Amino acid sequence: MIRLLAMRELRSLFALPSTWFVLAIFQFIFAWLFLAGLEAFLEIQPQLAQLANPPGVTLTIASPLFFSAAFLLMMLTPMFTMRLIAEERRNQTLPLLLSSPLAERHIVLGKFTGLMAFLLMLTLIVPAMLYTLALGTQLDHGLILSNCFGLILLTASFVAVGLYVSSLTAQPVIAAIGTLAVLFGLWLADFAAKAPDSPWHQFSPLHHFQNFNAGLLDSTDAAFFVLFTAFFLLLTMRRLHNNRIYG
Amino acid sequence: MRAHILGYIQCHPQPRTSPTLSNATPEITLSARNLTRSFGKQQIIHDISLQLRRGEVLGLLGHNGAGKSTTLQMLTGCLIPDSGEIEICGINLRQHPQQAKAYIGYLPETPPLYRELTVRDFLIFAARLRGMKPAGVAQACAQAMQRCGLESVERKPIATLSKGYQQRVGIAQAIIHRPAVIVLDEPTVGLDPAQIRDIRKLIRELGDTSSVILSTHLLGEVESVCDRVEIMRQGKLIYSDTSVRMQHYGQVSGFTITLNNPPPIDELRGLPGVSQVEQLSAQQFRVVHAPDNNPSGVLLDRASQQGWQLVQLTPLHASLEEVFVQITDGEADATQEVQP
Repeated sequence: MIRLLAMRELRSLFALPSTWFVLAIFQFIFAWLFLAGLEAFLEIQPQLAQLANPPGVTLTIASPLFFSAAFLLMMLTPMFTMRLIAEERRNQTLPLLLSSPLAERHIVLGKFTGLMAFLLMLTLIVPAMLYTLALGTQLDHGLILSNCFGLILLTASFVAVGLYVSSLTAQPVIAAIGTLAVLFGLWLADFAAKAPDSPWHQFSPLHHFQNFNAGLLDSTDAAFFVLFTAFFLLLTMRRLHNNRIYG
Repeated sequence: MRAHILGYIQCHPQPRTSPTLSNATPEITLSARNLTRSFGKQQIIHDISLQLRRGEVLGLLGHNGAGKSTTLQMLTGCLIPDSGEIEICGINLRQHPQQAKAYIGYLPETPPLYRELTVRDFLIFAARLRGMKPAGVAQACAQAMQRCGLESVERKPIATLSKGYQQRVGIAQAIIHRPAVIVLDEPTVGLDPAQIRDIRKLIRELGDTSSVILSTHLLGEVESVCDRVEIMRQGKLIYSDTSVRMQHYGQVSGFTITLNNPPPIDELRGLPGVSQVEQLSAQQFRVVHAPDNNPSGVLLDRASQQGWQLVQLTPLHASLEEVFVQITDGEADATQEVQP
């Protein structure tokens, strides 16, 4: 059932021209960032060679690129999550799901997996571009893998927040703005707190991504993402159930 | 002599018997007991109980805002009632929602359509969503499209279809998995007369194999498709009967006749059983008779013997509109009397 709902979500996404437009734009931006990073690396490469323990090509190019991708995803995800439930409400298609032999968790997880699959397709270009460098040099596979893993977890947390906000309203635009406000707010709280041990850092998904970004697999960060995502998914299921109670 | 008694036959509804009705009492597919529901402080549904048997079409009739849609939403599990129990084919909807809902097909007021999908893709999705195995889906989809007349638009995106076709897609998604209980919320609203006729015919067909419950504020709909009617007013069921019997509610025994060559009015008055004759025009008469003594047979004989040239014989009918007004007004009077 979850797969069926996820496939439906993907089908509807790809039926929209705007999806293809966003896909194209983002591939272009990622390519641009990648080439700019590569150029900068080639320029400073002679100076790096003089250092005793120089950072490799992966750290210099891949890490900033993954971080840009993470930041772009933060702004992009609300555009896609806004439709998930709010649009079902607006088009009054929700009764079809509510009267079908499904539990709330099927609906929520179906939508979550559908959008995750799409966003992963969208970001797949980043490691794909990086691996073209393997033609000419040695890459640090561990760093790229840790970044990919972090990016998946980060996307999941963004989608979970977006899904929940989308379940609160019948207006997709409000859902988009609301999600953006939450994600941006969490990032700002992290950014503005100067003290390194400030508790604000702990709430920000982007903060927890930094370790993955540097190639450090920390179970605390992974646990944060899992809990954060699960929390919002559960809230969404709760909200859908309340839909049957409060109408 | 041409005596057109076709009108008589048409206006005289025959009690409908469906094939499944022949073997004793058919199973109860839907039963709701003492449903109540409020939104905020306002109680919308007061203690509603319903039963539906296989092969029965039940019409839920009421003005806008009487609580019809809310009731149907509760029956399909979209809303949870404050109290009361619902059983679908013997399965409790509250305790085992997933099993029970597999037997329901629901068309809400606005057809729930993913407008960007094609008709075929959407119906396949709907069938799978209702738990059909992939093997049977293609055939079920073809059959549903054939029943709802959707073959010609199979590959079109739903967004490009007209309102009538969208409504048919809505019905197709409700019947595709051959549910035991089909719930239709105002299925003919916004359609043109030809489409309404087609859809009513389809609902009648569906009523042979499944139970259908439909809501409407059109009395003609109840008359033409329903076996039984429940009238709702302000969240209560105020009247329940077969739709045939309902037409007899407040009915006058009599008929209107048109004679090309009418005899003196006294001759009509003299027929056995006739209690009153009123001349409506030069050739038209309104004949009232005792309920248990219908003089139409004698009248037909006499007309042919004496060359009155009978053109039309139509029984007098209190229309459903009148019946509805009578019942609801009666209810309103009763409550007014109670309240000082």
